[in-house]
Amino acid sequence: MAASLIRTSARTALRAGASATPKAAGVAGLTFARGKATLPDLAYDYGALEPSISGKIMELHHKNHHQTYVNSYNTAIEQLQEAVAKEDITTQINLKPLINFHGGGHINHTLFWENLAPKSQGGGEPPSGALAKAIDESFGSLGEFQSKMNAALAGIQGSGWAWLVKDKQTGNIGIKTYANQDPVVGQFQPLLGIDAWEHAYYLQYQNRKAEYFSAIWDVINWKAVEKRFS
Amino acid sequence: MATTFSLPPLPYAYDALEPVICKQIMEIHHQKHHQTYITNLNAALSAQSTALAANNIPQLINLQQKIKFNGGGHINHSLFWKNLAPHASPETNIDQAAPVLKAAIEAQYGSVEKFKEAFGATLLGLQGSGWGWLVANGPGGKLEIVSTKDQDPVTDKVPVFGVDMWEHAYYLQYFNNKASYVEGIWKVLNWRTAEDRFKNGVEGSALLKL
Ligand SMILES: [Fe+2]
Ligand SMILES: [Fe+2]
Ligand SMILES: [Fe+2]
Repeated sequence: MAASLIRTSARTALRAGASATPKAAGVAGLTFARGKATLPDLAYDYGALEPSISGKIMELHHKNHHQTYVNSYNTAIEQLQEAVAKEDITTQINLKPLINFHGGGHINHTLFWENLAPKSQGGGEPPSGALAKAIDESFGSLGEFQSKMNAALAGIQGSGWAWLVKDKQTGNIGIKTYANQDPVVGQFQPLLGIDAWEHAYYLQYQNRKAEYFSAIWDVINWKAVEKRFS
Repeated sequence: MATTFSLPPLPYAYDALEPVICKQIMEIHHQKHHQTYITNLNAALSAQSTALAANNIPQLINLQQKIKFNGGGHINHSLFWKNLAPHASPETNIDQAAPVLKAAIEAQYGSVEKFKEAFGATLLGLQGSGWGWLVANGPGGKLEIVSTKDQDPVTDKVPVFGVDMWEHAYYLQYFNNKASYVEGIWKVLNWRTAEDRFKNGVEGSALLKL
């Protein structure tokens, strides 16, 4: 994975040179250059999540899948800006599903990379403090939360995500599933997301998705989840 | 009361669609994915029988989505295997295998090429898992390209042929390059089956009757 590490470093250096780039509000890792969404760097090497997630999966998932969401989102936004300029309401409404899908794909994957970490960087280390307390109170234990999350993931019929979310009205936490790339917006705040699309695991686990859902807990970055919760 | 469904055999060898769809994909797709839909469909139908006997209406309603998803998965894959034919076999030649359907496609879409473009655009436009279908409004009827999400089956029209756009259908070979899979599918499309369904409706095979 040395080659991909170098590429990641090169991108980081380029980004550092353009430090005036405005940051998006909301999701910390969402980066923009000249008003366009860009692919965020990973905080770890593609192979660093092995054996839970193979380096090949991580590379394709980040460089190809996530990049496609970024590109398609930018295209849709350009078309939206043109439609707004022309006061073309029909086109604006037509673009909504594309913006939801590709913008959602960009947001979801950005959050996902952040809520993963190699074991050497704290991946899999259980949560502490207020989040640990909230999980115990809501689910009984971390183990019970994980089984419920895995059951939710296994129950997704088609492509989608399962999230640990915080209800902005009550402050309560809970598990919710979302179809395709529907992002967690509105009443709920995303804390921890797991990608249940087949591309997230197929090269390594094929149809044995339950094995992927159980292995991923070894590389969950609970520190990132705690930060979102507080 | 509940019928038990079992995995229909593939009408060709697992490696017969190479190089368009590799043997490993076909094996896992048929033996694991399709089998899982059947296993879960049988479980849901059995639970439905029990719920029916107990007059348990909430449970009957609760089972509907499981039956739709897994029954749809069984129907869709059963149709799909027969929609495909060995690479370079006579069935994949539209001129010989589907003269009536070809004429109908040309009448509606201008040319077979234009139809393939429109069909490909529908396949690539799916957001998430699902299927693209050429359907006819009854045998010999008006043609239409439709997509269905997840495992929703086509129930109100004749499914002339369908293409599985779940990632499991191509990922081991094509990765994120689904456009190549879509291009390749025409080389293994069974136009003879498509012609037969267009003229006569879907074969009255017991395995598709719930
Ligand atoms: Fe993904
Ligand atoms: Fe292969
Ligand atoms: Fe499939």
